[in-house]
Amino acid sequence: MSASTNHRDAVLEASHLTKIYGAGHTEVVAVHDATLTVAGGEIVALIGPSGAGKSTLLTLIGMILPPNAGRIAIGGTVVFDNNRTQVNVRRFRRQHLGFVFQKSNLLPFLTATENVRLAMEINDHPTRAAKYRAMELLDYLGVGERAGHLPSKLSGGEQQRVAVARALANRPNLILADEPTAALDSVRGRQVMELFRKVAHEQNAGVIVVTHDQRALDVFDRIFEMEDGALRAVDADRLRLGGDTINSEVLR
Amino acid sequence: MNLAVRDIRHNFGRFVLTTIGLGLLLMLVMGMGGIYRGLVQDATLLVDRVDADLWVVQKDTRGPFAELSRVPTNLEDRIRAVPGVISSRGFISATIQRERNGQQLRITVQGLSWPQDRGQWLPIVAGRALGQAHYEMIADQSLKLPLGEKIKLGKDTYTIVGLTRAMTSPTGDSMAFFTIHDAQAIQFDLPGEAIRLERSARYERAEQTDQGRSQPQAIELNRGPSSGIPALGPPSISAVLVKVGPGFDPEKARAVIAQWPDVSVYSSDDQRQLLISGMVDKSRRQLGMFRALLVVVSGIIMALILYTLTLDKLHDIAMLKLMGARNGIILALILQQALLLGCLGYGVAYVVGYWVFPWFPRRVVLTANDLWMLSGVVIGISILASVIGIIKALSVAPNEVLA
Repeated sequence: MSASTNHRDAVLEASHLTKIYGAGHTEVVAVHDATLTVAGGEIVALIGPSGAGKSTLLTLIGMILPPNAGRIAIGGTVVFDNNRTQVNVRRFRRQHLGFVFQKSNLLPFLTATENVRLAMEINDHPTRAAKYRAMELLDYLGVGERAGHLPSKLSGGEQQRVAVARALANRPNLILADEPTAALDSVRGRQVMELFRKVAHEQNAGVIVVTHDQRALDVFDRIFEMEDGALRAVDADRLRLGGDTINSEVLR
Repeated sequence: MNLAVRDIRHNFGRFVLTTIGLGLLLMLVMGMGGIYRGLVQDATLLVDRVDADLWVVQKDTRGPFAELSRVPTNLEDRIRAVPGVISSRGFISATIQRERNGQQLRITVQGLSWPQDRGQWLPIVAGRALGQAHYEMIADQSLKLPLGEKIKLGKDTYTIVGLTRAMTSPTGDSMAFFTIHDAQAIQFDLPGEAIRLERSARYERAEQTDQGRSQPQAIELNRGPSSGIPALGPPSISAVLVKVGPGFDPEKARAVIAQWPDVSVYSSDDQRQLLISGMVDKSRRQLGMFRALLVVVSGIIMALILYTLTLDKLHDIAMLKLMGARNGIILALILQQALLLGCLGYGVAYVVGYWVFPWFPRRVVLTANDLWMLSGVVIGISILASVIGIIKALSVAPNEVLA
């Protein structure tokens, strides 16, 4: 199955991705022939039951694992083509991708602002510029006054905002978020989802969010469902109106 | 941004305790080296300071520090006649143990050849050198006897007129310096009754001989002190110290004396070497083995500490990789912490050792060379110890963040 956007400035073009774990009797096809295109400024949801392959697809797009087959282009650069890496993976990741997870995964020994700065300093930004942008981002995401606090002194929602700021630090083409609201209550969860939408639109970044949270589906421009490794598009408007059908376990 | 320092700041208490623990371990390594140096210095202290070119001792013995050596007092005069010799001094060395105020007092008694040698060459930190032929002594501070104190040794009482610093014998006992006659009196002191019995036995023996029966005056002499009997020589000394004149080759004087059938002669270097290879060698090897083991143990403990610190950070390291951090950043995080731990541990070892080592029963001597060498070893084991942590860190996959 495939799904694509009509936008011309696609930040992600993933085609016919396949990922197989194990071999022989233990072989598991985690992602099968998945094709997905995301445009800049677009926010996309990936939904599906546990074990459907959502996170695996995200790790393929995030260049964390190589696909067995298929092609991935990010920001117009081909990064994987039939299991062959075309770029320096770590450099490309730090320059073009941002990650947000269920847990904030902030480094516990760095303050909020240092966590954001680190992402930029890893990418060779001068310290002064990194400091300025870190504060700018934290203010933009509403946690500027918590900039000097360690993650342990921040609430879950604040930690996720700092994680989003870190993901945005290097002005990535694509932000990948894996269940970023799972550890938050509904109010804070929705705030984070709206934040992603704001970021996508204002920063012109593509955002892919793996989520189980059906209360925030209206935030997304497009929704995709994964089941047994296969990806299919869901009509977001009809889903919101109750017209489209999704596997009953998808949103649990 | 220095991640190593920030991580340490975050886990400051744990880092401090770890550093102190490692520092104490390194202090033991440092102390072992210092004890060895102290052994060598103690062993060679007198040889180095006494300012003699040659040591003349009893034939086929290794000198007063290695074994018992007895040479006649008149050997001094014979040696003075050797071309090139400008001075020869008798020397006595013997260790005694006496009880004083309920405490055992071990003293290595050194006899100096009065009046040529008054002990001017000693490192006197208080008081003065010997000023008269009898009843004065120079004691080492480690005996804890104050200046002016009077101490009875044998039948006589001696006044402490000078104090030295760090003058200990090869066996670690504190030295005290007397004139050679006083040292002999202390060394060969016998109780009055033993002397009376010996005189009586001597008289009896003389009466049994033809000479005794025919010369009653000779028998009478035997009732008196030993010094009045011409047939008996004066008490022997341990060695004779020889100094040759400026510009004269000590080897030439040595070659002459070495031909005499009743003595052996050593240069100062020979005597030094005999002391080190004889008295200190086993201790040196033992300490060396302990030291090597301690270095290995320190390395293993450091490796375990750094490995544990790395394990604690695996998730963060995976996150760094996910963010695209170069291996160099991760490597620096671990290596800098290892080096900081090693260097601060070394500092703790030095500072604690500085205060603790003087309380050790044997002298601990820290030389600049040994300290530099140990610092090199510490840096080496810090780097080696971090290798396991680095290997672990570099093998972490970024997708472990998702776990």
